[in-house]
This record gives sequence, structure tokens and C-alpha cells, in this order.
Amino acid sequence: MTADLETRAREIRFRLIRMSHEAQSAHLAGALSCVDLLVALYWRILKIDPANPAGPNRDRLIFSKGHAVSALYVTLAKLGFFPEENLARYNQHGASLPEQPCPQMTPGVEWATGSLGHGLGVGLGIAIASSIQQNPHSTFVLVSDGECQEGSVWEAAMLAPKLKTGPLTVLVDFNGWQATGRSRDIMQMEPLAEKWTTFGWDACEIDGHSMPEILSALVKPRDHRPRAIIAHTTKGKGASFIEDDNNWHYRSPSAEEVKKAAQELGIAQ
Amino acid sequence: MRNAFADEILQLALVDERIVVLSGDIGNRLFDKFKAAMPTRFYNCGVAEANMISLAAGLASSGLRPVCYTITPFVTTRCLEQIKLDVCYHNMPVTIVGTGSGLSYAALGSTHHSFEDLAIMRSLPGMNVLAPADAPELRAAMRWVFAQNQSAYLRIGKKGEPVLTEEAAFMVGRWQRLRTGSSATLLACGTILSEVLAAADLLAKDDIQATVWNCASVKPLDLEALAHLGSSPVFSIEEHSVLGGFGSAVAEFLSGRTNPPRLIRIGIPDEFLHDCGEQEEARVYCGLDAASLARRIAAEIA
Repeated sequence: MTADLETRAREIRFRLIRMSHEAQSAHLAGALSCVDLLVALYWRILKIDPANPAGPNRDRLIFSKGHAVSALYVTLAKLGFFPEENLARYNQHGASLPEQPCPQMTPGVEWATGSLGHGLGVGLGIAIASSIQQNPHSTFVLVSDGECQEGSVWEAAMLAPKLKTGPLTVLVDFNGWQATGRSRDIMQMEPLAEKWTTFGWDACEIDGHSMPEILSALVKPRDHRPRAIIAHTTKGKGASFIEDDNNWHYRSPSAEEVKKAAQELGIAQ
Repeated sequence: MRNAFADEILQLALVDERIVVLSGDIGNRLFDKFKAAMPTRFYNCGVAEANMISLAAGLASSGLRPVCYTITPFVTTRCLEQIKLDVCYHNMPVTIVGTGSGLSYAALGSTHHSFEDLAIMRSLPGMNVLAPADAPELRAAMRWVFAQNQSAYLRIGKKGEPVLTEEAAFMVGRWQRLRTGSSATLLACGTILSEVLAAADLLAKDDIQATVWNCASVKPLDLEALAHLGSSPVFSIEEHSVLGGFGSAVAEFLSGRTNPPRLIRIGIPDEFLHDCGEQEEARVYCGLDAASLARRIAAEIA
């Protein structure tokens, strides 16, 4: 049932690793951790049209962990929002794929993020608008675990359950790391799902690399509450030498390491 | 002014169904009529101003016209990054209303003073910055704002400001000349206009005739008026820090002119206030009351 998604996730992961090598860009590991969430959302859940990326009835995904936007770019390219060859110019001067997202430059990108803690408030506004305008689209916000240290996340989290909104879902890519260390060593992250529950959200915890678990959390019937999906992931998922090694928050792979990743991911070169 | 704001936004929203009012838990009873008439278009966003701004940007991205209303420092400096990124960078037509600006809430101390909001807001690309002098001008400015599709910051007072302007006279990027005289040019920005007009009256008794402009449009400035100021000394007068605000905007313009008139920037000194007292007393302390202004202006042109 989900083999096609898993294949796609492997392809996207390899493309990300190659892109990071080509562009010598940072934040590869945090991009790799959220790939399965993006694949499940974009190929099974979101009602979107690559030919009409700004259609008023589209579902919205606010990609709030902006530093990991390369994962979104590869996803959008594979969906046809823009030509895949654009990826070769990721993060280059004059190209359309900046290192942090910018909706004015890239079709399919909903919001300029990168300063953490903005996406949930924006998504809440969009979800309220869908209720006011009786436009029944869904709103999803992908945040990082480190991002949950921003107070503004909890401002939005405390307000959302009190309001009448269209369907609103936050996905936390809980890869356990932030820029300079394990998130649990820096702030009191756990129990993270309980935090959302006590704020009035319908929260659940899943394996963020299991397609069946991701899909079932996304399609589960809703009550009146907004939904929080705490997706436990591995930072750098997909290549053994990147996984759970936080040096890869900043470094990019060599040509040799790209080859090694291809082997591990089963990608023919 | 805040009652005029509440009434005008009600009237505007009754005919423009895109308007949504967001309050940062302020305006007790102020919006009762609005809430009764349009319950799905009023949201008390709680004591959480940063989220209120992001939320407004989200609403605007779906075609709505949100207005964020709370006390000036909490809706400007506290949530500056949300205004910069979510509103301005995305060109979202969000209207930000700072009530009780400048020294309006003098008695509440530095937490409630706003001496830097003009400086900061006018530095944001795409942001219109308007400081109406009284209730009629505020109403006219609001009608202009909702006829556009741009972000705007409205710096307003609290209540009981004297009516000094004619509603129809407000235009963005255009100031109004209220007095004409050749000894000095007084550029009054915001609710301080009442003190400036009274100062002009005091000066007139000493045979000093001043031109007085009401300068509600801080960004954009009135470039036409600025280009024809004449040669007599120019005084910018604002209830805001002398650094970065209206007077600085005027200075920036004049710095590019050949033989500009002399500019004296009058505002709140570059310091925090440590004093008890109401707005009137604070204005005296800062030299912004009519008598102090008249003395300062007379001394500068002597």
C-alpha cells in the first residue's frame, strides 16, 4: 500500500544528499528527517494543483522549519510545481530556490520561514479564514522540535483550541537535535505530546518514518480539536553516516559520501 | 480617538466583509457593538501579541483585512519580527493600530510609553505610517487604509483629544497647512498638534507668525510640502523620541537638498522617563506643552 511512497522518499533523500553536495549547503540532516512526512502529505493528503499553486481552495502546508526547505524543494519539483532541473541551481545567485523559503520566488512555497516560531500563528490565521469564508480547505504546519522552544508556538497553541477554525494540524518533526545539541539537553522538551494535549490539542505520537503510522495519524477522524502529530524521527535519516550525528546540521557531503548514500538507499547511479 | 476607531471600524466592517478585528485583550466594552453585529469577525487573541500578528498575516493571505489593536508598545516593538516578516515581507494588508501612543499612558511608566514606534515602523518596507491628530482625521485615515491593499500602522491617542482637523482634508502623502506665517515653520506630527497650535497662538501674541502643518502622513512624507518649506527655520514636533521618528524622516529628506532650511527636531529626549504623572505633566517635563514649545521656538529663531 505504501511501497510507492517509500520508494519516492528514498529518491527524494538521495536527491537531497546530492543537492547538499552540489550546493555545499547546510541543514541536510534536518531536511532528511522530515522527508517521509512530506511524501505522505503531498502524495496522499494535500489537495493541491501544481498548475495552480495559489488556488484559493488549495490545502496549505506552512513549512515552518525553514532551514530544511531543500526537502520541500525536491518534493515540489517531483510534483511538477517547477522543473526538476531547477534543483541543480539550488542556493545559487539569481536562481529561484533560496536557502530559506520565499513564496515570491518559488511556486508551491506558502510562507517565508526560517525565523522559527512564525508558522503556527500564520497557519492558525489561515485556518480561521477558512472558517470565516466557509472555504473548507485544510491547513498543515510542519515545525521542528527545537522550534517548539519559541514562545510564539505556544501562544498559537493556547489560542487555537478556543477558536472555530477549519481543520488545522501541526506536525512536529521531533528529530531530537537542534543546532548545537540534543533538544532534550537544552530545554525541557519531554513530554512533548502531553504539552500539546494539555493545551487542548488532539495529540498523538508516531514513528515519523513509518508511512502507515503517518497516514493513519493524518486521516484519523477529527473532533473539534486541532491536531498535533509528534513524529519521532532520526536526524539525517537515510544514510548511516549522517544519521543521529549532529555535525550534519552544518556540513555537506563529499562526492564519495554521495556515492555511499546512493548504495545505502538503493539508488542506481 | 479610540472610541472613534471602534465606531469607524464598525461602520467600515458593516460594508466590507473582509474586515476582521483582532484585539490583544484590550478595549473592554469598546467593541461590544462590533461583536454583536459580526461575532465571527472579532477575535480577542489574548495577551499574546506576536501570535496576533502572525495570525493576522495568515488571515490576510486568504484575502481578509485584519486589524490588530492594542497598546502601542505591545503591537509594535514587542512583535516587531512578526510585523517585519509575516506582514511586510509577504506584502500582507494588515492594519496595526497602536492605541495610547507616545505619552498617552504617561502614568503607567516606560512599559506603556512608546517613543520609538515611528522610528521602527517606518523602517519596514511597504509599511504606511500614519499619525492622525484627532478623531476625524483617524476616521479619514482608516477609510483610506481600507480602500488600499497595503499594510499600515496607525498611531493613535487615547480619548478626549480636541478636534482640530476637517475629516475631508486627510490625504496620504499630503500634509495640511493650518496656519501661515513667515517667522517659522512648525511641522506637527500626531496628537501633539493641539499643543503646537496653542504654541503658535502664544507666539503670535509676541508677533512671531508661524506656518503650522499637520503632518499625519509620516510614511510617505509630503514631498511637495517639504520641497517648498521656504527659508525660515523649520521645527519638527512629535511625541516620540528625537531619534529616528518624524523629525529624522524630515532630516533625511532635507539632507539631500541644496541650501535646506535649518531644522530643529523637537521630541522626547533620548532617555527613559522616571516620573509619575499624566500626559499633560509628562508633556511639560519633556518640553512638549504649548508654553515650553513657544519658548523654545522663540529662543531658536531669536
